Amino acid sequence: MSSLTLKQLSPGQKGIVIDVRGDGILRRRLLEMGLVPGSRVQVERYAPLGDPVEIRMQGYFLTLRKEEAGMVEVACKEEN
Amino acid sequence: MQRRELTIALAGNPNCGKTTLFNKLTGSRYHVGNYPGVTVEQKIGEVEFQEYRLKLIDLPGIYGLTAYSPDEVVARNVLLKEKIDVVINVVDATSLERGLNLTVQLKELGIPMVLALNMVDAAREIGLTVDCTKLSQCLHFPAVPVVGTKGDGFPGLLQAVIRAAEGNSEFNHIFYGAEIEKAINTVTLMISENLDVQYDWRIKESFLLRWLAVKLLESDRAVKAEINTLIQDGKLEEAVQKGFREVFRLLGKDPEAVIINQRYSAARKIFKGVVSENKWKRITVTEKIDKIILNKYFGLPIFFVIMWILFRLIFSLGGPFTNAIEWGFSSLSTLLITFLPEGLFRSILVDGIIGGVGGVITFLPNILLLFLGIALLESTGYMARAAFIMDRMMTKAGLHGKSFIPMLLGFGCSIPALMATRILENPRDRIVTMLVVPLMSCGARLPVYTLLAAAFFETDIAGSVVFSIYVAGMILAVIMAKVLRSSVVKGPSEPFIMELPPYRLPVMKSVLIQMINRAKMYLKKAGTVILLASIIIWFFFSFSFSGNKGLIQYYPAAPEKSIAGDIGHALEPVLTPLGLDWKSGVVLLSGLAAKEVVVSTMGTLYSIQDNTDLSSAQDGSTNGLTQRVREQSGLTPLTSYVFMLFVLIYIPCISTVAVFHQETGTWRWPLFLVGYTFALAWIVCFVVYRGGLFLFYS
Repeated sequence: MSSLTLKQLSPGQKGIVIDVRGDGILRRRLLEMGLVPGSRVQVERYAPLGDPVEIRMQGYFLTLRKEEAGMVEVACKEEN
Repeated sequence: MQRRELTIALAGNPNCGKTTLFNKLTGSRYHVGNYPGVTVEQKIGEVEFQEYRLKLIDLPGIYGLTAYSPDEVVARNVLLKEKIDVVINVVDATSLERGLNLTVQLKELGIPMVLALNMVDAAREIGLTVDCTKLSQCLHFPAVPVVGTKGDGFPGLLQAVIRAAEGNSEFNHIFYGAEIEKAINTVTLMISENLDVQYDWRIKESFLLRWLAVKLLESDRAVKAEINTLIQDGKLEEAVQKGFREVFRLLGKDPEAVIINQRYSAARKIFKGVVSENKWKRITVTEKIDKIILNKYFGLPIFFVIMWILFRLIFSLGGPFTNAIEWGFSSLSTLLITFLPEGLFRSILVDGIIGGVGGVITFLPNILLLFLGIALLESTGYMARAAFIMDRMMTKAGLHGKSFIPMLLGFGCSIPALMATRILENPRDRIVTMLVVPLMSCGARLPVYTLLAAAFFETDIAGSVVFSIYVAGMILAVIMAKVLRSSVVKGPSEPFIMELPPYRLPVMKSVLIQMINRAKMYLKKAGTVILLASIIIWFFFSFSFSGNKGLIQYYPAAPEKSIAGDIGHALEPVLTPLGLDWKSGVVLLSGLAAKEVVVSTMGTLYSIQDNTDLSSAQDGSTNGLTQRVREQSGLTPLTSYVFMLFVLIYIPCISTVAVFHQETGTWRWPLFLVGYTFALAWIVCFVVYRGGLFLFYS
């Protein structure tokens, strides 16, 4: 297991949210949309122009800009 | 029989099917309004059930009860400050866990609740079953499975609502952990000691006090501001700060983070206890569609095709209807001209009122189709995807992914385009988009360009000249968005965190009802302003200051002698530096009524003896007029280009200004629009004119 931010995952990679950095509105929104410590996420794809990113949560899909994805710390298994 | 009235609020996440459920419950009998001061739509409907009359308020879709977005502020204020008997919390069974996060927050308000577990059929399809009995037990209030699109489970839902309203609901607070609870208790006590009246909050006092305390510890700005006006001594603030420090010392985190995490784990605990399947979801139809629609290579082309279809739908399909309406109004005018004697009465009727009403109704087919298009994009789930695809490009200009749609529509007509900015949730993004939309050259400006380009440029370059005007508009829009975003509408941009909802088939009935309701609002609000302004402009063109007595006199069909002519002369000092004269001033003034009027005013101004070509000028057979404009307008290729640029940029037509007023609810922004577009037009034209003189004539 290694600690990364959500932005560093490539499509298909899964992870578990460890922490959400930053403060104020941004973190609040991330938490409210379900990116709370312990939740499982998977990067689905990047938009055709490279940003934002689409992620799969349990039961729904979210999209956020890379900048915001950089605030979400995740733990993920190393790819073989 | 006297029915007992109950006020019921529907609360839930965006895309949870709340609106469909609301429409189905009320049988689509509801009225739409705007919440005062904001652009959030308010829907209120009625249901009669047994001996009750239920007044249903459809709250905007929300994820939480913070005060960050206008939607959340509105929802929160309704819940706190109107007397709500029962909250129906609509939760999408397929994203139950996140839905429960809102449920947990709603519960803190202490209002009797019923959970409507929506789309249980869709959940079953993906192998997810929810135990509603268990869910009710965990929540301490009833959870009723429903299918909003079909109306399954509605009697049970309404029965539960009535029982909740009449019975004694049982409530339990979330336990936020010893550290937080201690801080909450201290702050609660402090508030209760200092707050003697219940002010205008309508929820039960014990809940209110605790809720306020939690919100203060969460650093909720709106609650803080409101409490500060009620309790002015510094003790409360001190207690909150102390609680903050204590929590941070003990847990290493600020209370805000702890509280949110606790809520989420409360929601998760409930979720885990009631669902039978908790595996990673299988491939669904949505995923299959998105593999193509959001594909790296196909995504953009598909997006542009869909936008093209939308544009065609609004303007081509609307075209025949618009023409028919125009024909109807012109026939009516002709009829009146034939039967009424010439004079002031006929003129005000034909040119003022019919012109004005016609101006309002002519847009109606386009507006209906626009709202149809938007409702379809939204209800199918494509709107969020469009924003996903375009966000990168639009962010560069300081805009939002969703800004693209209104800007595209601006090429057809600014009015539906301004209305389409409703899809933008962040008020700052919305205002900036609205301010630059008029720079996208609308269809009504095209006849002006074609006329002038044909009159002053060779046939083989006329097309490119017109095209360059369009490009200039787009470039200016991007520049102005950037400029406005960093000056007048400064502020952090909204984080782009959005759900990509599953694709759904739209429910045609609610799509159509929504379309008609929105169009009604347009007619009522913008219609009156447009009519009034048309009459004022008619007055300027039909009256003149009579020379000898200084009185205002009816003086039709001679713009050069009318008040408008005087205004044109008065504007001359402003226009001379751009190489334009007073006649251009008159023409531009007439363009305020509608940009296409520019062409007919030119016709009147440049053909004193013979104005038989007037009507044909608008149909495109502009030969006669082209020649006269070339010979009599006094314009050169350079000044004609400057004139086209001016028409592109300067003050949008009064209908646009009226709709701008309607959509923003103030006169501040539309007036700013008028001022800034005029200034921008002048500056751009000055630079182009002087630059052109230097390049070509020196």
